[in-house]
Amino acid sequence: MSGRFRTPSGGRVDRDKPVRFSFDGKSYQGVAGDTLASALLANGVHLVGRSFKYHRPRGIVTAGSDEPNALVGVGADDAHYTPNMRATQIEIHEGLVAESQNRWPSLGFDVGAVNEVFAPFLSAGFYYKTFMWPPAAWKKIYEPLIRRAAGLGRAPAKPDTDRYTQVYAHCDVLVIGAGPAGLAAALAASAIGAKVFLCDEQAEMGGSLLSEKTTTIDGLLADDWTARTLAALAARANVMLMPRTTAFGWYPHNFLGLCERITDHLAKADPKLPRERLWQVRAKEVVLATGALERPLVFPDNDRPGIMMAEAARIYANRFGVVPGETAVIFAACDSAYRAALDLKAAGVAVAAIADLRTAPGGVWVDRARAAGMEVREATVVTGTSGRLRIDSVNLGKLGTDGRVGSSETIACDLLLMSGGFTPSVHLFSQSRGKLVYDEALRAFLPGTSVERERSVGACRGILDLEAVLNDGTVGGSGAAQAAGFAGAANRAFAVDSDSVGSDGFIGVTPHGGDPSRTRAWIDFQNDVTENDVRLAIREGFRSIEHVKRYTTTGMATDQGKTSNMNALGLVSQTLEIPVPRVGLTTFRPPYTPMTFGIFAGQSRGELFDPLRETPIHEWAAAQGAVFEDVGLWRRAHYFPQPGEDMHAAVARECKATRQAVGIFDGSTLGKIEVVGKDAAELLNRIYTNAWTRLEPGRLRYGVMLREEGFVMDDGVVARMAPDRFHITTTTGGASRVLAMMEDYIQTEWPDLDVWLTSTTEEWAVIAVQGPLSRKVLEPLVEGIDLSREAMPHMSVREGKICGVPTRLFRVSFTGELGFEVNVPAGYGRAVWEAIFTAGQAYGITPYGTETMHVLRAEKGFIIVGQETDGTVTPDDCGLGWAIGKAKKDFVGKRSLARPAMTAGDRKQLVGLLTVDPKTVLEVGAQVVADPDQPIPMTMLGHVTSSYWSATLDRSIALALVRGGRARIGTRLSVPMPDGPIAVQPVEPVFYDSKGARLDV
Amino acid sequence: MLLITCPHCGPRAELEFSYGGEAHIARPVDPASLDDDSWAVFLFERSNPRGVHAERWRHLHGCGRFFNVLRDTVSDTIVASYPAGQPRPALSPDGKGTTR
Repeated sequence: MSGRFRTPSGGRVDRDKPVRFSFDGKSYQGVAGDTLASALLANGVHLVGRSFKYHRPRGIVTAGSDEPNALVGVGADDAHYTPNMRATQIEIHEGLVAESQNRWPSLGFDVGAVNEVFAPFLSAGFYYKTFMWPPAAWKKIYEPLIRRAAGLGRAPAKPDTDRYTQVYAHCDVLVIGAGPAGLAAALAASAIGAKVFLCDEQAEMGGSLLSEKTTTIDGLLADDWTARTLAALAARANVMLMPRTTAFGWYPHNFLGLCERITDHLAKADPKLPRERLWQVRAKEVVLATGALERPLVFPDNDRPGIMMAEAARIYANRFGVVPGETAVIFAACDSAYRAALDLKAAGVAVAAIADLRTAPGGVWVDRARAAGMEVREATVVTGTSGRLRIDSVNLGKLGTDGRVGSSETIACDLLLMSGGFTPSVHLFSQSRGKLVYDEALRAFLPGTSVERERSVGACRGILDLEAVLNDGTVGGSGAAQAAGFAGAANRAFAVDSDSVGSDGFIGVTPHGGDPSRTRAWIDFQNDVTENDVRLAIREGFRSIEHVKRYTTTGMATDQGKTSNMNALGLVSQTLEIPVPRVGLTTFRPPYTPMTFGIFAGQSRGELFDPLRETPIHEWAAAQGAVFEDVGLWRRAHYFPQPGEDMHAAVARECKATRQAVGIFDGSTLGKIEVVGKDAAELLNRIYTNAWTRLEPGRLRYGVMLREEGFVMDDGVVARMAPDRFHITTTTGGASRVLAMMEDYIQTEWPDLDVWLTSTTEEWAVIAVQGPLSRKVLEPLVEGIDLSREAMPHMSVREGKICGVPTRLFRVSFTGELGFEVNVPAGYGRAVWEAIFTAGQAYGITPYGTETMHVLRAEKGFIIVGQETDGTVTPDDCGLGWAIGKAKKDFVGKRSLARPAMTAGDRKQLVGLLTVDPKTVLEVGAQVVADPDQPIPMTMLGHVTSSYWSATLDRSIALALVRGGRARIGTRLSVPMPDGPIAVQPVEPVFYDSKGARLDV
Repeated sequence: MLLITCPHCGPRAELEFSYGGEAHIARPVDPASLDDDSWAVFLFERSNPRGVHAERWRHLHGCGRFFNVLRDTVSDTIVASYPAGQPRPALSPDGKGTTR
């Protein structure tokens, strides 16, 4: 037998298939069809966790995804571990390993429960009050303490080895929830041809029908009707049934996120299967059939293990064949609790008493309970409970007509079932931004005005009677299919034989006669929020439910207040004496239940996390032992260390080789755009600050482009290949941005221009050959190009062949040395690179990486967009005033440059910084000040944008943006650092060959 | 995720598009003739309505073309989409469609 509390027969579990699992290291036996919660209850285990704040012993409260207490960690090892799973949703399988959370050293004896002693100091808002002083203690004492004590589960220490997939899907009608309303809706919608997805978070479809015993639909027992209906739906080609699938999020335009759990319930899953699958469904119409959740009652000490929802106990008895105790007391505000009491009694539980909050309960259910011999106490409340790790008795008090609570009696029990009525599940409707309306009779918010294309059916819109639910589902499903474009209607009426349990209920705190500041009546079990916390928040002036929620944290736990929201709202309403709708309801947001990170990451992890861009020369560089760095999505060779070299030594060697002989650099990542058409030059005139009309074909020009606000956006060398054809280059990171901006202008502002743009970044490999010997290296390799000083001056381009392949050969230099950039079709890049490298051996050709490129350009004072500029830098600020075509009437950004703030003399300007001690290398980002002795906060003049050790100059160099910097050249400034200020001299930002003599060779 | 109709390709998921800010803000033909305040209005001031907003989208991962969309900023409902260069369609009296 699978536990002392298993009934001999009945329910949907298979008693012939025992399943062994472990909880907190102890082995238990359940049966196939059990959830972890039902299996534990069958073994008499109620205590499953400790609460969030006070570490109170807590038990299983519900039977579904609304469970606030029974959160467990599941997984045999850290690579398969998931914390904070609801035991009520975990299907057990052979070998399942689960553990309780938030306790140490053990669940029965938990040191953290000492927080109970400090409870008076841990009331609502205690974070804000208690820990304000002294300020220094926050970081060192309070925060680490709180961090250690807070939280529920623990994060696994190893990467998740499971696989998660994502899929897009479209359907005509998505039905969410496969209870009676959802089943009827799916039947109706599919009957007239709509493509229907029917999803349900549970393993078995059927919802509340799965725990009905005597109810019949169209003459069939509920179980049989459900089985037949599911078989009929499964047989329809236009229906997809999706069990174990939670619709967790609603996003605009009927786009819904569904999580399908595929392997968690299997002892041995096919390794080809993903653990979970994210369905991203675009539905023409959505039918919400999400049902209703039973509300707890709020009374003193209502959180002991053994206190649970009446309907949950009924589900355990009827569906799982488990009785959650031997002697029960029922605390009811509605008839459904009587139905539960009768079913439990039938399953063998003794019902000691039913305490009914109502003054004169009556009707068929009450009569049946009385006829079954149950003691019904009218106008009676629970005033307290006792029992440390499990409830052992209940105190009942008589509720007087004046609202006072009179004499008390104590009844022994091991189970207390409560029911405050049902709250319609409007979470997804609210997520869809539909407006809720309050129904006074039901004490519930119901779907009102829709925003998206959806409709609610059944209990989630306040219809609780089964026959009405089924017929509502039919109408809704039929209507949804029609709205999705299908003709016809499924005119079907169901005949149900069952008695209504009505719609009585209660929200708020039940009268208990105690002093609210001395009793502990729990509203939010998961976040440990009590009646007193909410009262305190109100006393302290909080009125809006949104504020009360944030101050007390009620409804902010992982269950999003599924069981607590309405009671918190009721208490605020009671206390402030304003009606519930005026207090308002907090907004529901995705996800409905917690989701794994895995489904959102999908395949985007490890190597597939981000695309990786490599140049045609990448493999060569890797074989040479290059160290790479990530630049955007590109992976670029950072430096090429030789044996025994660190970065510093490698860069010093690469710099010297390039300055003294010849270096070779992979510039293939440069953005490139081909601009073609008779208005190509006109477009560039309008986009760049420079003038292009008079640039001859065969010449290059350095161009700067601004955003319309006047700040530098990008720069690069532009080649005019022909009167109507330009080859422009952009920064590595700016390529797509520049193309998008140019496209924007030609499509939307100047559609009259006759010009086309083509991204050619990946079409060309760019091999930079730089240094005084570069011409000697290339000369023997080219055909049809005269590289001589006279024939091919600095800033020119020639077309011809190199190593037999076509090239656009630029004479250009980002190093300050004689240099060339060899553009060849990307497919030839590696071959040409190797040919040049081989030819260069005689001249000591040295491959260099991005670090050396940066040092060499900084020695020349060349800026890098994004390093010397930050989106607030004008061309004049960074020393590029010369690149502005003054005669041009207009270009993007020109008008903005004339605004007063853009021409102010105290703008930050680019200067060079030389440390007084040449060996000191400044830190990039360090602040520049005039007076290092000024008390903090100092007047900050600017910051260091680039800083390097220059092997060529045998000293450090830096570039900086400094307020009014050019006028400060010759003065002395300071860079304050933790070890003391560093004295610096502002200088002209060109450190090497300021006349440019080395280029003119 | 929005479902946006590209006037050239049809309805597509939002992740194929990039947003381009408010529509129908033409760049002045002669910026130099504007005073600083007028230029600042062109650069920075946007209508930011609570309701129907004309905005630019680009079908970046599709045809690459810019077009305009009327979207209700409260409900995210897309009322119309039309090629760049066309005038903003007039709204129907119920605000849920256009008069075209």
